[in-house]
Amino acid sequence: MSLLALFIGSIFVHNILLSRFLGNCPFLGVSNKIETAKGMGIAVVFVIVMASLMTWLAYELVLVPLGLEYLYTLAFILIIAALVQFVEIVLKKTQPGLYKSLGIFLPLITTNCAVLGVAVLNMNERYSLVASLVNALGSSLGFLLAILLMAGIRERIEMNTDMPKCLRGLPIALITAGLMSIAFMGFSGIIK
Amino acid sequence: MMNPLRIIKNGIFTENPTFCLVLGLCPTIAVTTSAINGVGMGIAAMAVLIGSNMAISAIRKMIPDEIRIPAFIVVIAGFVTVVQLLISAYAPALDKALGIFIPLIVVNCIILARAEAFAFKNGVMDSMFDGIGMGCGFTLALTLIGSVRELLGSGTVFGHVIMPAVYSPALLVILAPGGFITLGIFIAVFRHFQMKKEEKTTGAVSSFDGWKQLDACQGCALKGICGGGNSTVPCAKEAKGADA
Repeated sequence: MSLLALFIGSIFVHNILLSRFLGNCPFLGVSNKIETAKGMGIAVVFVIVMASLMTWLAYELVLVPLGLEYLYTLAFILIIAALVQFVEIVLKKTQPGLYKSLGIFLPLITTNCAVLGVAVLNMNERYSLVASLVNALGSSLGFLLAILLMAGIRERIEMNTDMPKCLRGLPIALITAGLMSIAFMGFSGIIK
Repeated sequence: MMNPLRIIKNGIFTENPTFCLVLGLCPTIAVTTSAINGVGMGIAAMAVLIGSNMAISAIRKMIPDEIRIPAFIVVIAGFVTVVQLLISAYAPALDKALGIFIPLIVVNCIILARAEAFAFKNGVMDSMFDGIGMGCGFTLALTLIGSVRELLGSGTVFGHVIMPAVYSPALLVILAPGGFITLGIFIAVFRHFQMKKEEKTTGAVSSFDGWKQLDACQGCALKGICGGGNSTVPCAKEAKGADA
């Protein structure tokens, strides 16, 4: 039950983009079309879950036994960078179709703070392996949901010609994100 | 060597990382719930930026071009760990307020972008001044946003009561949505003045169109690798792949 609560909570209540502010660069930069947003979102789901698995294993099995917990920042970012590179090479060789739709987003994800952020959150909360994976899956699905909603809204407001010039582009995208964040605050009651 | 004052001025005004280059949005929105948190985050990032800029500039001739990004990340992560340990030892309150955003300085676009765009091409002293200028620009922007949010959201600035007692604080401003909306309004105001200035000097209506540029990609350090995006293609690499 608590795993379900964690899962639902990480999608809606603590939405990684709208309430934890992680991964805003792709959220605002790669959300101009629903199709693109979907590719980016799925790539993020994939990388966050894989990275959470790898960083959990590295932290519990290598860093803690050696007493090197303070090196976690360095270790995590190296693991994520290597993982992203690895996934890119493997996809290119074995799944050219999937690589074509996701591959272009992979280099962007290395320095996406959502990936490192989820890994650090899992570590701070001392989640078990299963809880870490559930949290990672929930958080990344929350990312997918938010970026898809944002792309849907942007496809419509980009047509608007009455908008003051200085608001066009990033400013109105940020204000839209703020309004979405207000809507997502409504979910905070579903988990006590 | 370039004029250090000009480099610093460039970081604070001409290429302000927050308002002009629009880099490092996540910490900008997340930690600016009060002015003091903004200052703390800005100084932490500035310390990392100065250290990593100098170190990368010093070893730039030894780093092969192909693996420069991983090399930058390792150098930056080292400095972030140092800053993180110093903050948790000497400023535990700040450590608690900034929380997860201290380790996340590693993936702050500003630091990687300056490593790629400046430190990798310039000398150690120039890179140090660039770090100081960019760091000051980031700190000033965070402090400004933090002050406005704190003033509206709790009626104080740096903990001093400013608003009269009858003012009931708009809590929304210091909650999550307020971060997005305040930054959006700040950037809109900044662009308004920028366009006014452009129109005054050229005499024609500014052709600037916010939708045409994918703002968040504009200054991203990885643009050199992924190709960056525009309004028709999300990524130049994809466009190249489609041609091939």
